[in-house]
Amino acid sequence: MTVKAMTAKEVARKVIDNEPLFILDVRNGDAFADWKIEGGNIQYLNTPYFDLLDGVEEVVSELPKDRDILVVCAKEGSSVMVAEMLDEEGVDAAYLEGGMKAWSEHLEPVKVGDLKNGGELYQFVRIGKGCLSYMAISDGEAAIIDATRMTDIFLDFAQEKGAETKHVFDTHLHADHISGGRQIAEATGATYYLPPADAEEVVFDYAELADGLEVAIGDAKIKIEALYSPGHTIGSTSFIVDDQYLMTGDILFIDSIGRPDLAGLAEDWVGDLRESLYSRYAELADELIVLPAHFMIMDELNADGSVAKKLGDLFKENHGLNIEDEQEFRDMVTKNLPPQPNAYQDIRSTNMGKITPDEEVQREMEIGPNRCAVR
Amino acid sequence: MIQTDKILDAKGLACPMPIVRTKKAMKELEPGQVIEVQATDKGSLADMKAWAKSSGNQYLGTSEEGDVLKHYLRKADQLEEKEEVSFPHTVTNAELQEQMDRDDVIVLDVREPAEYAFGHIEGAVSIPLGELENRAQELDAEKEVIVICRTGNRSDFAAKQLAEKGFGRVKNAVEGMSQWNGITEQNNT
Repeated sequence: MTVKAMTAKEVARKVIDNEPLFILDVRNGDAFADWKIEGGNIQYLNTPYFDLLDGVEEVVSELPKDRDILVVCAKEGSSVMVAEMLDEEGVDAAYLEGGMKAWSEHLEPVKVGDLKNGGELYQFVRIGKGCLSYMAISDGEAAIIDATRMTDIFLDFAQEKGAETKHVFDTHLHADHISGGRQIAEATGATYYLPPADAEEVVFDYAELADGLEVAIGDAKIKIEALYSPGHTIGSTSFIVDDQYLMTGDILFIDSIGRPDLAGLAEDWVGDLRESLYSRYAELADELIVLPAHFMIMDELNADGSVAKKLGDLFKENHGLNIEDEQEFRDMVTKNLPPQPNAYQDIRSTNMGKITPDEEVQREMEIGPNRCAVR
Repeated sequence: MIQTDKILDAKGLACPMPIVRTKKAMKELEPGQVIEVQATDKGSLADMKAWAKSSGNQYLGTSEEGDVLKHYLRKADQLEEKEEVSFPHTVTNAELQEQMDRDDVIVLDVREPAEYAFGHIEGAVSIPLGELENRAQELDAEKEVIVICRTGNRSDFAAKQLAEKGFGRVKNAVEGMSQWNGITEQNNT
């Protein structure tokens, strides 16, 4: 008997559309507590597969009859076994194809909007890990910002749109996920830009992403301007695209702000973080649509699956932008920080080109949620 | 090389197979016996620990050799948890801590080699309970012998054996290694 698979893409659509789903997560309790498929209309049961080897009878009674059941494990194997056992008990359940690894790697492209002189801006929502990447396309040319290591998705997407990738940017040296920027640049001949202050230890050639840098894509001359905004890292740089969009990297999120400690210098950078958020961003137009490099909770997603909000609204609603007292701000971003992302030191070394782990190891390094924010 | 009762080769197998095989192999072991499970699936580490806890078996530790993870587990022994200790001379771990550095004191660890390998009192002599009958003469009968295991049970048997063999000063460390808060050392490679 073969049971049916549900792909990460199908699950992502269900999450975005807020459809009901019941997840039987058969990973061990620690893995489940650390990181799971999140969604507004998902119910969960966590029973490790090794407690079900002698039979699934004990969980059958806890499964609902009125919603789809999805069995989830780390890589797929255990969930297939459990789904088959459920099938033998007459329970219709699917398994997640590729497991949480596939979930971690799935990117959902969402169109954010049109560009003024023609062209489109897309956000790639890495729904399982909360990473956001961007592609601006205009007149047969593309620019990619904060690409993840699933580079084929970006390359295929650009090809589908008939666009040649000209510019690849990283807003900062990432600590929570492995950048695909360098590989994309190598594959396409595009220029790869990094902020030099983050790139002191980088072992490959890159173009300097300096404050005030402007590049254009396509004959329509869609403008991408760099704005130096340190604080999460010393080099963190934002982008203003087409005078409409503000890509904030890991400095400002929808419901939180960046943490200054992942490169080990929280105390030193907290002043920069405050300056970037409270002075540099405050001078920008309220109408700019903020596009961050991460989201932390599903509530930050809009109904269409995008993660975007006007800067003016964030200055009203985001707690991290509304702390008058400097000491209070300093305390918030340096004390009681969430745990640091899994393997973040190795991820930084990989992004610097110092180490080149094989794909399986890269996957393991990225397991778990991103933790780039303080709320 | 840590001596065990059984070696299971689960190399190259993906989850759930390492646990499925381990569970099956455990059924064939006697209570208290130790198995070495060789696996290449990285996820097997967290799962072995969690499974052992869930199934009441004892997870001893894991050593890494190249790409191979060697997990050591000991099959649950119900008797060990329940049986009352009967050897009259006992010490607490606090008393053991005070006395163990004396020149005329031997700390004898009667747990299995794999248990010993993943954490024992520095300087403790390792003779598994099952080998004590034949190896007791390795110990100096003139000295005081403080016997320890995980929970005070195997050491109770061992203390009685030593007393019968003419050891004059034998004590059972009843709290055992499971409650030992002092320094331990490992030699698990």
